[in-house]
Amino acid sequence: MTSEEIISCLQDRFPEAGIECLIDKGDAVVNVPLERLTELLRTMKVDPDFNFDMFMDITAVDWLERSPRFDVVYHLYSTSHNHRLRIKVKVDEDDPVPSSTGLWTAADWMEREVWDMYGIRFSGHPNLVRLLMYEEFKGHPLRKDYPYDKRQPLIEETWPSKKMQVKIDDRGIHRP
Amino acid sequence: MEITYGSGEKPPYQNAVDRILGWGRKYSIFFYPFITACCGMEYMSVASSHYDIDRFGAGLPRFSPRQADVLLVVGTVNHKVSPVLKIIWDQMTEPKWSISFGACASVGGPYDNYAVLQGVDRIVPVDIYLPGCPPRPETVIDGLLKLHDKIQNQKHDLFWKRRNK
Repeated sequence: MTSEEIISCLQDRFPEAGIECLIDKGDAVVNVPLERLTELLRTMKVDPDFNFDMFMDITAVDWLERSPRFDVVYHLYSTSHNHRLRIKVKVDEDDPVPSSTGLWTAADWMEREVWDMYGIRFSGHPNLVRLLMYEEFKGHPLRKDYPYDKRQPLIEETWPSKKMQVKIDDRGIHRP
Repeated sequence: MEITYGSGEKPPYQNAVDRILGWGRKYSIFFYPFITACCGMEYMSVASSHYDIDRFGAGLPRFSPRQADVLLVVGTVNHKVSPVLKIIWDQMTEPKWSISFGACASVGGPYDNYAVLQGVDRIVPVDIYLPGCPPRPETVIDGLLKLHDKIQNQKHDLFWKRRNK
């Protein structure tokens, strides 16, 4: 299906308000409220008209000053129909997003990565621990309020010259 | 390593011993390649036949730190992997040297962020810094020759046992 057909087909399935569809750069985009997300994702997976069998990516966007702070973005692809869909859901810091590991196994590590980098929790995830950063890491590094030059070394760092002592200020930033 | 000889303790054959030991060590370098990133491809091209570093006695990498003389830190080192690098350096037996291969290993390169160690000289001492992203094989050979000079000019304390009694 083309993007326009996906959107019209999707508006037939979900005629009520709250689900907003648009076409961005040739791809169909759906803005969905958090409470309708599981239903929409299951329809996308199960419905033979859509048949999105490949869970390509899940990522997040941090809009620091906006009221629901994050966008969680799902990228779906159908290998049989060769079409794509992007699903965006607005969540706040404390809202847990329903996990989609039951639908796509590939969502496991991607949700762990989003938890690691942005601190968005996924309810129902089997093993929600950090994927990339180490366990001792504090905070979530891709949040906009994480200082870009903050370092959290695992072992003590020494400098080759004693004139360059490492100073750590109160924000945890290492400066020579 | 600079050694100051005590007064009257330098034997007449000291210079000959320094020269012979340095000559023997510099032509039998065993690398330990600690390869974490794309600079490893450049290291492979150096180690293969076109830029044959076996000419300089450094052709055989050892993949055990206990058998290696020179730690070759090739590529970006994260904070997550830095304890591993420190343990490997501590496991290597003396005499040992280390080369920081490329911009990332030397100063962190373009990655000034939360994850990357800003230069391996913060956790292990570094003898030779190789610039470049990645360094050309000629740069690596130049650095290897500079390491040769460094090894050749090292002094050896023949009476360390007596001195530390």
